[in-house]
Parts: sequence; structure tokens; C-alpha cells
Amino acid sequence: MLAFLISAIRLGMTFLFGSTGETITEKSGHLNLGIPGVMCVGASCGCYAEYLYLSQMREMRITASPFLAILIPIVATLAGGALMGLIFSFLTVSLRANQNVTGLALTTFGIGVSDYMISETGPIYSKGSRYFTEPLPFADELGIVGEILFSHGVLIYLSIIIALLTSFVLNHTRIGLNLRSVGEDPAAADAAGINVSLYRYSATCIGSAIAGLSGLSFIMDYLNGNWEYCIDAIGWLCIALVIFTVWKPNLAIIGSILFGALYIVSSYITGISFAAKELFEMLPYVVTIIVLVFTSARDSKNSQPPKSLGLPYFREER
Amino acid sequence: MFGLHIVKREPMPWLKSMLVRAVAIIASLLLSAVVITLLTSTNPLKIYASMINGAFGSELRMWSLAQNVAILLCISLAVTPAFKMRFWNCGAEGQVLVGGLANVSVMMFLGDKLPYPVLVVVMIIASVAAGIIWAVIPAIFKAIWNTNETLFTLMMNYVAIQLVAFFLKYFVKNGSGVLTPMEEYGLPVIGHSYILNIITVAVLTVLVYIYLKRTKQGYEISVVGESENTAKYIGINVKKVIIRTLVVSGAICGIAGLLLVGGTNHTISTTTVDGRGFTAIMVSWLAKFNPVFMIFTSFLIVFLQNGANQVSTDFRLPNAISDIITGIILFFIIGCEFFLQYKIVASKSRKENN
Repeated sequence: MLAFLISAIRLGMTFLFGSTGETITEKSGHLNLGIPGVMCVGASCGCYAEYLYLSQMREMRITASPFLAILIPIVATLAGGALMGLIFSFLTVSLRANQNVTGLALTTFGIGVSDYMISETGPIYSKGSRYFTEPLPFADELGIVGEILFSHGVLIYLSIIIALLTSFVLNHTRIGLNLRSVGEDPAAADAAGINVSLYRYSATCIGSAIAGLSGLSFIMDYLNGNWEYCIDAIGWLCIALVIFTVWKPNLAIIGSILFGALYIVSSYITGISFAAKELFEMLPYVVTIIVLVFTSARDSKNSQPPKSLGLPYFREER
Repeated sequence: MFGLHIVKREPMPWLKSMLVRAVAIIASLLLSAVVITLLTSTNPLKIYASMINGAFGSELRMWSLAQNVAILLCISLAVTPAFKMRFWNCGAEGQVLVGGLANVSVMMFLGDKLPYPVLVVVMIIASVAAGIIWAVIPAIFKAIWNTNETLFTLMMNYVAIQLVAFFLKYFVKNGSGVLTPMEEYGLPVIGHSYILNIITVAVLTVLVYIYLKRTKQGYEISVVGESENTAKYIGINVKKVIIRTLVVSGAICGIAGLLLVGGTNHTISTTTVDGRGFTAIMVSWLAKFNPVFMIFTSFLIVFLQNGANQVSTDFRLPNAISDIITGIILFFIIGCEFFLQYKIVASKSRKENN
């Protein structure tokens, strides 16, 4: 049971990056269906940077510094994710392309990039993964509470901090208010003097950078550095999680643990067949559909998608 | 003060617009060549030769090209009516897959019980019905509560994939999760095994074209797509149109599943559709939802993919390179649409305008 809970938190927090990133993006009115691709590219950049750093250190016979071994991949991942976000916003904002089509092309591209990288370096990054799964130093001293709360790698805490920070910025600052107004009614926001393009560009790039960390965290933390299969399915789950938590990053902290639990529950229930496991893996998607239907039926103002989600905004075409 | 200003242009002549697209594709091929050369230090010209060879190099490859174009075109035809209505059906992947699943189930459980002609009819009905069910569920919720269809249909894909995974684990008795092809129960073969698929899709293309351009229902779809309020004002029952269009969309997806499983593979796996449900969205959009143009766009994409696969075999590159190239080319094609619709002009200073 304890192992189940810890594992659910570990997996859930990797989803949290993706869902926070996509929430920021969607709040600006962009539905970025390229998130799976963004995560692939983010993870590729991070893993490759780690690979380069560690092999460089080995060649020079220097012990790698744990701090740099964590920082370098994170920075590389953020850069890779942001670059993908930049491609997306350049095509959809500046070149006015359709968001769904652009997002799907981004996914194709991203999966290609990550597959290529894996075939170049091999899928095992367990050396680098060690640094990411190192628990906090005082975890052992606090018993069960310590094991649940403090035994995780550094990325897991980062994801919670980012989610809380995002929630605060969205709801309690001028920037957040402006961003939400861009996503709700870009024409009104434009009339109020808000630079719609700038907000959409930056929200998408920042969101994608954060979503990239989701891929890094999944590979380096949850899979212990074994990139065994393509991670795009995780990306779609993150998009599902955004809906499930009705576009609220603070709610997503709990929602992601629940998703993590739903995702792995089949491996912890004894005595069910392999076939039934496949049905269990359907759960996150079915739950998301139910939430989607429920929120649209209830029509409550607080739990709706941003009103102009997925819609383009061109000033001249009002 | 000088600034840049974006102006919508008059519709471009057909030839010129094709030229712009050609330039975009050539530019993307050049960029891909640079990428490949940097990654592998091979002469890019050799790579394009190998691409063409991979798509047209032998009779077998030509057939495979035609078959892949047919299937991709079929799925693109399926999503087009929904897209024209601005209903973003991202669920073709799942709709085709359940169509195939229904087909496989009929083969498995009724194959030896029904006479062959009856079996074929049951297979067609089952696939089409399954496709319709998968497409119409999101449509009903969209019509009643305006539930976001993009997200709903996306989720339905994964439900379908898990359903197939469950089916394979539960009903394949040896536990391998791989279903042996049941060729004896497949659709009838006319000449080459791909010909039936190609003919069916050709007929479908004409039918969808007529449906969208020449019928009242097709007209209603475009009105709802242009403006829902206009549609309501002139007395179109928008809810009815949404549900009816998705029935059509799902039915064609079901047919695609039927052709893929009953016509070609005679078995199913979770990757039977292989992302074509998503590629179809791009095919349809690039062709501006015109079924005839879709023949070209689906051909282009299949050519690129088959060609890129050959490149990776010839030069011992990882398969992933084909996805990267396809991605780059798609970015360029998507981006070039802007230059077809808008032009950038240097705007005069504010004072002069006043």
C-alpha cells in the first residue's frame, strides 16, 4: 500500500509538469495538441545534455557534480520545450495556421526527434537518473511520513512549486488576469490595450518549457533512466489531466496523484488477469470524459474551458 | 514611422497558389537535406533518389503506395464533413480502430457459422455501426451541452486502443496478444488484393464530393461551419446537423476500419491505424476540405513517408528520421498557407494616413 502511494505520487508529479504547462498555454486560448511532441523533445534535450555532461566528465576523469548533473538537463529541457512552443506560436500566431493541425505536426516531429536521439545514444540513462532519484537527506529520519513526503527526487518538489506558483500568478496577479482575459475574449483584451500576440507567444513558450520537464521527469525519475517505450501516451494523459482538474494548477496537484494511482493501480491489485489490466488502463481517459461532460452540463462559470480555446485571433477579422 | 502590416489578399489564381505551395515543399526538402547531411554526412541528392526509389521503385512499392494513399484518403474523407462544420473530430484514430475491431469480432465469432455472403454483409454492418457509435457519442454531448469535441474525441481514441488491447489479451487463446490473420474470412479479392480498397475509396471520394458540394445536407454543413448563428437564423436545426454529420463521419471511419482489417490485414493490433487518424486531419486541412485536392495531399504525405522509410533503410539511418522529415515538411506546408491568404505590406506613417 505504501509502495503504491509513493509510486502514485512519483508518477503523478511527472504528469503535473505537463498539465501545468498545458494549463498556462490553454489559458491564453491556445490548445497545443503538440504536448506529446514537446515532452519528447524536452526529454531528449535533457537526456542528451546529461549524456554529454557525464561522458565529458568521465573523459576528463573528474567526478561529476550532482548539482550540475541535475541543473544542466533541466536547463536543456526547458530550452528544448520552449523552442517547440516557439515553433507552435510562430505558426499559429504569426502565420495564423490552424492550432489542431500545427499541434499534431509538432507531435509527429517531436516523436521523431526523440526516437532518433534514443537510437543514437541508446535508451539507458541510469547513470544520470541516479542524481534525479536521490531522496532528500532527512527522509529516513521521519518514518512513514518522511517516506511518503520526502523520499522523492528533486523534480517532484519542483513540479509542486511550479504548480503552486502558476496558480498564484494566474489568480492573484495582473499578468495572470491579462492572460486569462486573452484566453477568454482576445478582442476585448486587445481593446483594453493588452498585447494578445505577446501573451500568446510567451504563455505557449513557458507552458511548453514546463511541459518538457514532464518528459524528463518521467524518464529520469519514474523509469529510472530506462527509455523503453515512446512517451507520447503520457502527453495525452497530461492534456486529459488539464480537463480533469478544470484548468486549475493547484487542483492538479491532487488530480495528478489520482491519475498516477489510476494509471498504476492494475499492477498493485493481485489476482487480476492481464486482460483486465488493459481495461484498468482505460480508467484515466474514461474519468476525463466523465469530467468533461459533467463540467459542460453543469455550466458553472468556474470550471469552463477558456472561452476562445482553440480559436485564432486576428485583429483584422473581427 | 514605417512598420509592417498584414493585409488579406484577393484569392490567388490557382496556378500561382500551387506555385507557392511547390516553393514551400522545395524549401522544406532543402532544409531536410541540410538536417540529414549534418546528421549523417551523406550527399542529399542520393537521399532524394532513394526516396523516389522507395515510393515508386518496384511494382510492390507502387501497390503499397496506392494502398496507403487509399486508406489515408478514406480516413481523410471521413473527417472532412465534420471539419467543414468546424467540429474538430480528432477521434478518427479510435473510430477506425473500433470499426476494425467490430470486423475482427465478426470474423472470429461468426466466421465459421455464417455462409460467406451473409458474413460479408454482417461485417460491413458491424464495422460501420461501430464507427458511427464511436463518433456520435461526442456529437450528442456537443449538441446537448456544447461539450468540447476536440478533447472528447481525443480521449475516445485511447479508450478504443485499450479496448483493442483488452480484446487481444482476452480472446487470443495462446496468450501472445497477437491475433493470427484470418484470411479465409476477409473481403472478396478482385485481382490484386489492394484493388477492392482502391475502388471503394475512389467511389467514396466522388460520393463525399457530391454530398458536400451538391446536396442540401452538405450546404447545411457549410452554413453551420461558417456561422452557427446564421444557421439558427435561417432555420437550420444545428443539433440535428451536428449529429447527422458525425453519423456520416463515423460511418466512413467504420468503412476505413473494414478496408484495413477485412480487406488487408485480416487481423488487428493497437497500432493498426498507425496514427493515420491524426495524419488525416492534416490531409483534409491542407486540401481545404476539398475531396479532390485530398487525393493530392494524401499522396504527398504517403510519398514522403514511404520515401523516408527507404532512406532510413538505404543509409542505415534510424527510422525516426522519416518522422523528423515529415514534421519539417508539414511545418512548411502549414506555414505557407499564410502567404496564400495574406500579404505583408510596409504601412505608411500614421500622419500620412490621417
